[in-house]
Amino acid sequence: MILEALSYTFMQKALVAGIAVGIICSFMGTFLVLRRYSLFGDGIAHVAFGGISVGLFLGIFPLWTAFVVSIIGGLGLQKLRQSTKISGDAAVAVVLSSGFAVGVILVSASGGFSVDLFSFLFGSILLISNEDLIMILAISSGVIITLVVLQKQFLHLTFNEEQAKLGGLKTTLLNYAFVILASITVVTSFRLVGMLLISALVVIPNITAMMFGKGFKKTVGISLTISVFSVITGILVSYYLNVAASGTIVIIAVGILVGTLILKSTGVLRKVDIKTPSKITHNS
Amino acid sequence: MSVTSVLDVKDLTINYDNHPAVDNISFDVKQGDCLGIVGPNGAGKTTLFRAILGLQSYSGNIKLFGFEDSKYDSIIPLIGYVPQKVTFEPNFPATVYDVVSMGLISDKRVVQGVKLIQECDCCWNRIYHSIKKKDDKITQALHTVGLESLRNRRIGELSGGELQRVFIAKALVKDPLLLILDEPVASVDVESQTKFYNVIQRINKENNITIIWSSHDLDAISKYANRVACMNKKLFFHGAKEKFFSDKELLKTYTESSMQIHMHDHKHNMH
Repeated sequence: MILEALSYTFMQKALVAGIAVGIICSFMGTFLVLRRYSLFGDGIAHVAFGGISVGLFLGIFPLWTAFVVSIIGGLGLQKLRQSTKISGDAAVAVVLSSGFAVGVILVSASGGFSVDLFSFLFGSILLISNEDLIMILAISSGVIITLVVLQKQFLHLTFNEEQAKLGGLKTTLLNYAFVILASITVVTSFRLVGMLLISALVVIPNITAMMFGKGFKKTVGISLTISVFSVITGILVSYYLNVAASGTIVIIAVGILVGTLILKSTGVLRKVDIKTPSKITHNS
Repeated sequence: MSVTSVLDVKDLTINYDNHPAVDNISFDVKQGDCLGIVGPNGAGKTTLFRAILGLQSYSGNIKLFGFEDSKYDSIIPLIGYVPQKVTFEPNFPATVYDVVSMGLISDKRVVQGVKLIQECDCCWNRIYHSIKKKDDKITQALHTVGLESLRNRRIGELSGGELQRVFIAKALVKDPLLLILDEPVASVDVESQTKFYNVIQRINKENNITIIWSSHDLDAISKYANRVACMNKKLFFHGAKEKFFSDKELLKTYTESSMQIHMHDHKHNMH
């Protein structure tokens, strides 16, 4: 049965694009979760909706406007967090609703677009064209290479920004690079699971991986494995059950999270508290 | 080896909302010194360190290895700093090895900083090795603080004393010219304190690393520091430790003011 599904070109394209997106979401997600930017994906995806509306309204290829508007939104979010006393989640709420509001206004002003906006909201991985696939693979490769090159710097920045600065890292520049990379990741990925479910791919594999109590590289490896496994099985299961792929992928990822939690509570997994409410402050 | 000035602080004043946290202090630190800074809570010790590290605006003059202002950025990465508080996520997926490796800075930065220092009059004679042998450096730093056996342990699983040594290893891994430690044993058990002091002594004597550390522990200062600075916003004393500990009046004033602040904090916490 699996071979039958794999014989269809649209399934092959979906799986290849899905694996690429699964990798960049979980890799980028490791830093996003640890920096308490878990809802960043949601925020940027909503801004991307505004960007798509702008593109459709102006007659420009909507994904390009989505990239531009999302990067602007991401930088705005970063600036809002740094230079005001607005907390991280509130800043995400401001940017998220602003971006979405622009989208809603443009949709209503033009009397509704001909393109199915639902595919942007809920994902449309089975409808991916050759051009989409090439774009997803090219951008994903760029994101992966950048993350591999900058992973140590991002890890230090994530661990303690002030210490990173004292270590000679250009933290302001790195923060902007981080936000731009995260925005590109989100816009590239939301074709897979849709803007409403993008946070799931960013957050769930990572919080599951962190329960294994391993170091950075192994945690990233576990997260990538969970993410890619969820994407592959999600696409195949959705094909057989004839349901939406995006929702199936997310439910499988949630299933792995719940299973890991059960293993942890029964003592099979080493006990590591994943929901300690506050940060550890080491008074040396 | 000529004795050179590592740090030169002149007329330093730092205000918070028009109240001085550090009030017009001047002192210097020579190469190879182990300077213990004593002072009650709120005396401005951490603020002073932050100003030295370029994290705090101030009026006055601070020179590191004879440099100030624009060239500061090249010098700062060559300083090892262990702050009083290091905050991180409890489930941060990093091992001891991961955290210590964060202390390594690029060859480019090292060369840039060392070149600057060698150009100045202070005739710096430390030799730097390339960080290509990264693993050796990390192992060496862990060996110095006695944590080789915990290199693959997650940092969230360590005790306070072990964490403190991890951060010292992180500061040491880049072969610092100067090590600044802000109340390093404030919440560490006695056994770990002894281990820590032995490490500090070894780093200072064997590696010839200049150390500045703040502490409330006068016994430790008398044992391990060669110079003492006593401050409470203003600088009351700076000089050889023998002179400090032989000045009964100064010691009495320090102990009383420290006790008063301690009692005030205690009452405040009770309410």
